[in-house]
Amino acid sequence: MKKMIFSLLLIGLLATACAPAPNVGAINDLPYVDTGVDPEAWATVPAGDFYASQHDHLTYVDEFEIMITDVTVEQYANFLNEAIASGDVTVGEFDLKVAEELTLQKEGAGGYYEGDPFDAYKHEEEIEEGDQLFAAMEEGLRMDYDGSTFTAMEAYVNHPMTMVTWFGANAYCEYYDTRLPLDLEWEKAARGTELDADGHGRPFAWGSDIHGNYANYYSSADLFEKMYGKLGNTTPVGFYNGQTYQGYETHNSVSPYGLYDMGGNVWQWTGDDYHDQHYRNMRGGSFYTYEVDLRVWKYNSAGPTHYAPEIGFRCAK
Amino acid sequence: MKELAKRFDYLFRSTRGLALVAIAAVGIVTAIWGTLSGPMVEWGVRDITVNLLGMDLIQADREGRIIMLYHTIAMTIVAIEVYFMTEILPMKRHEQVLINGTITVGYLLAMIFGLFFGYFGHNFAFHGLFLVGQTLVFFAGIMLVAALWPWKKDYLLPEGSPYARTKNGVDVERAAFFVMAIATLISATWGAVTGSFWANGHETFLGEDLIRIPHKTALQKAIIGHLHIMLTLIAVAITLIVGKWLDFKGKLHQWAMPIMIIGTITITFGALSIVWMPWAHNTIYVGSVFVMFSALLYVIYSWDKMIKEGTADIEKPNFFQKLKALVDDPFKFGSGWQMVFMNFTVSGVGIFMAIKLEEIFRVWPHREERITLTGHWHILSGIIATIILFYFMDLSGIKGKARKWAGWIIIIGSDLAFGAATVFSMKRLFVSDTAQQPLVNTTMLIMDFGLAAILVLLAIFLGWRLIDLFAKDGVWSNEFAAEKQANAKADLEAQKQKLAEIQATLDEVSK
Repeated sequence: MKKMIFSLLLIGLLATACAPAPNVGAINDLPYVDTGVDPEAWATVPAGDFYASQHDHLTYVDEFEIMITDVTVEQYANFLNEAIASGDVTVGEFDLKVAEELTLQKEGAGGYYEGDPFDAYKHEEEIEEGDQLFAAMEEGLRMDYDGSTFTAMEAYVNHPMTMVTWFGANAYCEYYDTRLPLDLEWEKAARGTELDADGHGRPFAWGSDIHGNYANYYSSADLFEKMYGKLGNTTPVGFYNGQTYQGYETHNSVSPYGLYDMGGNVWQWTGDDYHDQHYRNMRGGSFYTYEVDLRVWKYNSAGPTHYAPEIGFRCAK
Repeated sequence: MKELAKRFDYLFRSTRGLALVAIAAVGIVTAIWGTLSGPMVEWGVRDITVNLLGMDLIQADREGRIIMLYHTIAMTIVAIEVYFMTEILPMKRHEQVLINGTITVGYLLAMIFGLFFGYFGHNFAFHGLFLVGQTLVFFAGIMLVAALWPWKKDYLLPEGSPYARTKNGVDVERAAFFVMAIATLISATWGAVTGSFWANGHETFLGEDLIRIPHKTALQKAIIGHLHIMLTLIAVAITLIVGKWLDFKGKLHQWAMPIMIIGTITITFGALSIVWMPWAHNTIYVGSVFVMFSALLYVIYSWDKMIKEGTADIEKPNFFQKLKALVDDPFKFGSGWQMVFMNFTVSGVGIFMAIKLEEIFRVWPHREERITLTGHWHILSGIIATIILFYFMDLSGIKGKARKWAGWIIIIGSDLAFGAATVFSMKRLFVSDTAQQPLVNTTMLIMDFGLAAILVLLAIFLGWRLIDLFAKDGVWSNEFAAEKQANAKADLEAQKQKLAEIQATLDEVSK
């Protein structure tokens, strides 16, 4: 009897684990949520010093402007349509060089990139001039393509654009005469210039503490995790603005300069091309990561051809 | 009061008692600090722990805190291994007392004040005492090296001994312990020298966060070498200890011990030379092959022994009878099995990563590579812990059904958890970010389930040992009596030897 109870418990536990948990790419039935935040808005970050990195190094950054939200799916769909019309983007098969001897073929939207300086350092991959994939047309892309026009899926109109390569992020910004923010710019925009009560620069864009309703991260129990399991999904840009959605109360998690989602939701590509490496950095953590990756100094990195449902971007100028 | 003093005597003046206290200390730290991460955070337990204990968790200090935590646990594990060594390796009684006494004060200071400094506010007196503790552990290591000196006449093996020996009779197994202890001291110095630079502009980091930085400083490389080799040497030590436990001897022993010495020296040199040698990794691979081959010889010997002993009364045992004999004692079987299993979850992963670094791992985002790296060394630490548990539970005299249940819970629980952790950390090989949810959910649950099973078992075991302390003639009492008896006999032998020496001197003078 005891053995039976034990076995049943074990089977029950495993069955719970194996219960259908939808792939994030297959979730298309989520409700549209209006956050009231304008993704076209920009913030100015004045020139001056700020405390950079985990160890608070006083660092000077020139004045710049930065988008207050990540680029949305709708904004990116509009870009693709405009760029296709202007001949800057084409749709078709692209070579995706992920390593020196590994090139994949992917269908999607892409365009020209001028290439990177190559130092031939250990582990560095050469990024050559030529056509590059911007966004792959596969499960996870929150757009429909009818053969001539990209349209954002209704539920994802105001969610951050994901499944976008660094080339795709860079192309979007350059198309509108802007650029990706540099690492230091991104960090200053996130944490501001003040020291907190412990004598450190802000660890999070909104302050020193973090709770589930402050940002979208792994197991933060947000509205969409309640619907689709704890790996969750992206939230609309600017979701954590103090509003209550269907009974779910959010914290107003703006950065000192009024930016949203500078921790969690999606990693954000940054623009630096560092010497001796081909990796591009991402900042801010995502809905897949634990809260520690939301700290403003944390980095993630990948080759510029990488794309994922947890990676997006915003622009600066 | 007298009864309390007896228990205190057992816990702090016998090697078994000291090992029990240290295992309990790691158990308590694991139970409390384990609530600060993983599913415990999701369930809100972390907040309860933090508020209840008044922890001060500054976000910018997280990496430093984790390093303090690793060190407090590592110091305690080193102490446990040293207790085992001073018990099983012949040495003078006063050497055993001095080593055990010093390392006990050392690890307790390091653990208590390291955790205070890391988690309850940065009082630098705490940090100072943490360093004092680590220094004492190091000093105990020096005394251990002196006590293990393998060329001492008393410890030479006679000709025809079944144990590995040189032509001059030097006990090669003792030499392997000796080399491992020296390598540990040198490797600890690597960390200590770099650690002493911390206040001078060198900044705290976790090794896995630096892997993609193309230019690392010598001090950063020293730390990376230090953390890898310390864990490796802890693994070498437990391999040698369980070899003594199963009375490893004969031809395989004669091969395994010199191979272990060569492996230990090579792998230590490789890991430390990473500071200045671009091809240090190749040295590490060579050293690893030697160390793992030596461990393999132990596994072959111990399994063969278990099969032979278990089928001694059967004239021609078939495969299933042999298999039954092999797995009959999960503690002894498990000590070898975990070493085999390690190849799938640690060495195999490490080698695969090294071979496919460019084509696979460096194609993944840094975070995925980081998870694989932290995963494989957490698993190695976990495997070492399970082998320590097998050994100590055996010493505690667990028999019958309890032995089988405990042994198999540890084997199945840990292998499920570590297997799932390996699949989780390598998930990009078989599933994209877009389609990972079912796999992540399942592997996370299996990990939680496996680890929880072991932790519950550990809690039951420690609870039993705690209750046992209240019994007048408990396990503790028997262990203490047996150790006192053994010590008394050893003292008597030493006294006899001393008397003989004095008598010889007197005879010589009176001639």
